[in-house]
Amino acid sequence: MATKTTKSTKVESVVLNNYESVIIFTPVLSEEQLKDAVAKYRKLITENGGELIHEENWGLTKLAYPIQKKTTGFYHIYEYKAPASFVSTFELAFRRDERIMRFLSTVLDKHSIQYNVRKRNGEFNQGKNTTKQQEAKK
Amino acid sequence: MAKPQKKYTGSSVFNTTPDAAQRKKYCRFKKNGIKYIDYKDANFLLKFVNDQGKILPRRLTGTSLKFQRKISQAVKRARHIAVLPFTGDMIK
Repeated sequence: MATKTTKSTKVESVVLNNYESVIIFTPVLSEEQLKDAVAKYRKLITENGGELIHEENWGLTKLAYPIQKKTTGFYHIYEYKAPASFVSTFELAFRRDERIMRFLSTVLDKHSIQYNVRKRNGEFNQGKNTTKQQEAKK
Repeated sequence: MAKPQKKYTGSSVFNTTPDAAQRKKYCRFKKNGIKYIDYKDANFLLKFVNDQGKILPRRLTGTSLKFQRKISQAVKRARHIAVLPFTGDMIK
């Protein structure tokens, strides 16, 4: 999947880099509100010439220290391909959004891309999952 | 009088007992072929911080410089997204 070239990019010279953004939403959001917010940023990625690779939701998670006097938060992780100029617009949208308490965007190098692919395939889960996969392979 | 030096003996993962101290340290990343350190994995990163949440030095963990840099980057990222605490007592 990683080697596939994107069809959606109109200009061929635009280089897409792999990025990962972790967002922490406030715990006061209802389930519906959270869904809306998540969908909004998903849309933002695809509308700006990006390509969503993977999404992960940790649900309501306890924070290691309070942020804005809240001890929990909804973690959401986007893994996507996008042109370099997109990240600043993406982060600007985060800053303007009051539902977001904290965010972190990072570039993914080849090792981290590989790591994420393996993680998605469940290679790191020891115990039940791995035995199931091995059985499936047989 | 010499000041009593503070010792980083927090983690039991690393062999800091005098008995095991003579054993050769090695870099676990080089040995196990780990190439990427995930900053979202709190349990893994806890091995590289002491009870107060400080990053353990290379001389105790045996990590190579290349991966020590990556650990420090990962721990700092983890702190930012509240996966690891900045400070704390007995965080393990």
